[in-house]
Amino acid sequence: MSIRVQAETFDPGAETGAMHAANVGVGAVVTFIGYVRDFNDGLDVSGLYLEHFPGMTEKSLAKIAQEAASRWPLLKTNIIHRVGRLEPGEPIVFVGTASAHRQAAFEACAFIMDYLKTKAPFWKKEDTPEGSRWVEGKSSDAIAAERWK
Amino acid sequence: MIEVHYFARYREALQCESERVEWQESFAQLNDLRAYLISRGGVWAEVLGERNLMCARNEELCMPDEPLVDGDQVAFFPTVTGG
Repeated sequence: MSIRVQAETFDPGAETGAMHAANVGVGAVVTFIGYVRDFNDGLDVSGLYLEHFPGMTEKSLAKIAQEAASRWPLLKTNIIHRVGRLEPGEPIVFVGTASAHRQAAFEACAFIMDYLKTKAPFWKKEDTPEGSRWVEGKSSDAIAAERWK
Repeated sequence: MIEVHYFARYREALQCESERVEWQESFAQLNDLRAYLISRGGVWAEVLGERNLMCARNEELCMPDEPLVDGDQVAFFPTVTGG
């Protein structure tokens, strides 16, 4: 299990490759990569600031990864989340899950993202032509997380 | 003493990142601390009275009825929006 919270960008290709390196028991790797869009809620977005709760952030991501490992037979879990200033097109988040078979990897990856979206202490602030604004939480994210209960 | 942290929109609205609140016997639950902060009125009542408020005790997400003890660290924040 690897958890990283960092300001620096990451290479999604290299991270994906590392998911099965040194473990030939891995038969399936599923990855999710979230990117900064240049448009949200009717306004152009020229950049993003990601605030987090240092200390709690890593703990909450580790807890989510552990919960996934207790539900599915995972061989590797990798979560990377950026913080600080980000530009449109940059990757924000990487979640990789590796398992012997695809079903566990698919489900665990979706589970981790749904829980990360609703439980990990990150907040986005967008720069728009009308000034900067905090992104509001979506009820669709809460509903998505509910399905794993 | 309770160490209280505020994040994102709350931190900006309250113009406060963190503070130390003197321990009171009435702080049985996190909700009691919240009520004390709301009693300051103005923007405190507005922000901490929000229905979607999220909270954490000692860096773990919790419900507002979480028990509190002297020395705890508490955080209040709006709905998280990472990912």
